[in-house]
Amino acid sequence: MKLADFVYEVKEGLGISFQAIRANKMRSVLTTLGIVIGIVSVTLMGTAIEGMSRSFNEMVSKIGADVLFVQKFSWFSSQEDFEMSRNRKNIDLKQFKAVRDQGSTIAAVSPLTGTGVPVKYRSLSADRIFLIGVNEQYIQVGGLNIEMGRFFSQSESDGNRPVAVLGYTVAEKLFPSETPLGKNVKLGAYSFRVVGVVAKQGSFLGMDMDNRVYVPITNFLQKFSNHRRGLDIHVKAANINDLENTKEELRGILRKARGVKPGVKDDFAINQQEMFIQTFNQIGGVIAAIGLFITALSLFVGAIGIMNIMFVSVTERTKEIGIRKAIGARRSTILLQFLIESAALSLIGGIIGIIISYPLSLLINQILPTSMPISVVAIAILISLIVGVVSGFLPANRASKMDPVEALRHE
Amino acid sequence: MQPVINIKNIKKTYIMGMVEVNALVDVTIQIQKNEYVAIMGPSGSGKSTLMNVIGCLDTPTSGLYEFNGVNVGDMNDNELAKIRNRDIGFVFQTFNLLARSDALHNVELPLIYSGMKKADRKARAEEALGHVRLEDRMHHKPNELSGGQRQRVAIARALVTNPSIILADEPTGNLDSKTGVEIMGLFNDLHAQGNTIILVTHEEDIARHAHRIIRVRDGLIENDHIVENRVLPGIHS
Ligand SMILES: Nc1ncnc2c1ncn2[C@@H]1O[C@H](COP(=O)(O)OP(=O)(O)OP(=O)(O)O)[C@@H](O)[C@H]1O
Ligand SMILES: [Mg+2]
Repeated sequence: MKLADFVYEVKEGLGISFQAIRANKMRSVLTTLGIVIGIVSVTLMGTAIEGMSRSFNEMVSKIGADVLFVQKFSWFSSQEDFEMSRNRKNIDLKQFKAVRDQGSTIAAVSPLTGTGVPVKYRSLSADRIFLIGVNEQYIQVGGLNIEMGRFFSQSESDGNRPVAVLGYTVAEKLFPSETPLGKNVKLGAYSFRVVGVVAKQGSFLGMDMDNRVYVPITNFLQKFSNHRRGLDIHVKAANINDLENTKEELRGILRKARGVKPGVKDDFAINQQEMFIQTFNQIGGVIAAIGLFITALSLFVGAIGIMNIMFVSVTERTKEIGIRKAIGARRSTILLQFLIESAALSLIGGIIGIIISYPLSLLINQILPTSMPISVVAIAILISLIVGVVSGFLPANRASKMDPVEALRHE
Repeated sequence: MQPVINIKNIKKTYIMGMVEVNALVDVTIQIQKNEYVAIMGPSGSGKSTLMNVIGCLDTPTSGLYEFNGVNVGDMNDNELAKIRNRDIGFVFQTFNLLARSDALHNVELPLIYSGMKKADRKARAEEALGHVRLEDRMHHKPNELSGGQRQRVAIARALVTNPSIILADEPTGNLDSKTGVEIMGLFNDLHAQGNTIILVTHEEDIARHAHRIIRVRDGLIENDHIVENRVLPGIHS
């Protein structure tokens, strides 16, 4: 069949289909219910997953892919692991120094610890500030950008100087109309001189990353002794493609520094961005599997419904089929006519589904940064077309194979 | 001259469970161009079966059937559909119009299946409806037309492709006698314009419009003769 003939037949078939569907509006709409539910579930799932991965990507990009976090506990450990590792020793400065001095595959390394303190400047104060003790290399490890001034230097860090770098929000709150540089702020009971302000970072896992103040770790440990919690060691690897080597090196250094005997498991964890991605993929996978199951089930029910109603339609219209054949309709023409009808029926279900899920996707948008992606709409339309064609095939085939004389005799 | 229809020793057997029904036992007929033939016979004698075979709606169990010199037995489904579409115009006792479509669309239908462009087929269909004097009923659906008007729509549909032959199986069977006479007037006109017509009827009055009457009984041809005192074409129209 030539393309032009095909287009001609599709056009005529569409006309017949819509006439037939209009003649049975209620029945047609009810028939498509399964398709409607299937399409609602597939579009909402697509939207939710899209939104989750968008917010996740935003979030995870804040943890450098090449940064390793040496910590007491693994980010994603089971309850059982947690029970076992509860009595682990803290990480201390000696271990940090071992990493700094012995690590050969690292670009930068900083210890890190923190505590909440009130921050004041004259009459202005900022609450729920997280005070962080790090060294001068944290600017690289944490991927910080400087808004004004500078980060503290190595000599300030080693020399125990009372200098502070403010997070963006803190600077905004305490210095609404003057420069913070060179001013003395009160961190708890102690006075620190501001040398710089970090550029805006946004939030991570619900924490406001701009509500922070950075001070040299040595100074922090003297004034805000928080030894119960211990330190983390943040390490930026020299080469991202060699992350595994760096990890192995770190393990070696730390096992020695912490006196872990051969054959005994590590009593610390080396966390990395990758773990977030894996966990996310698992969660996303579960959601997708559930969504796919619901979608497949309702599409299956929808397909059966359409097949059923198409069989009814073919039987009801036996006489019509006989007439069409008697005046020269080919088998393929009849087949195409009924395939188009069932595809159109299913497509109507799909479109109703999209119309229903659009406002629901706006609801999802309240929680996740997303909108219904156009690709999901396209996929939904494609799916409903395919379901329509597949479920229409048997009835259409029956119609096309009818014997004209017998069909005409049908009342 | 080559006959339009050449049927030799045709047999049609239906198998119903264990019983064989011989609808056509042994039928041989030739019909020339521009003949006007009436087929008569008692109920169940095989008239409709014969018409369906001639109209390529049904295939005989055995025997030869040549249409315009081409062996129909060798044709596949698509070729049969094409013959029905282009070369045969069928008029049924029960009209067999599409209930949801108006008169114009019903008449256009064969042209749709032959792939004609919309503007052309609309013009042709309007012309055919003009032929049966239904210009003012083109957008009526079948249930908005009288029986006679419906049959005229069906005749327009049969005419619209300029077929080689028009087959009518009891075209007046569902009409009152006055309307039946009107319809026969139409067939007479068509014949006068050069069309070949075969019609099935029970009524001698109707059959006498034809040139030739074939009488069928129990699946066999009982009699095949030329009509002497023929009703003249056009006098009722
Ligand atoms: N599909 C079929 N299955 C079985 N038998 C059939 C079938 N169609 C027709 N017959 C039988 O074949 C015979 C001829 O039927 P046909 O319809 O040709 O008769 P007819 O001459 O047109 O009768 P009528 O004048 O009543 O229309 C009948 O005995 C009928 O019962
Ligand atoms: Mg009959």
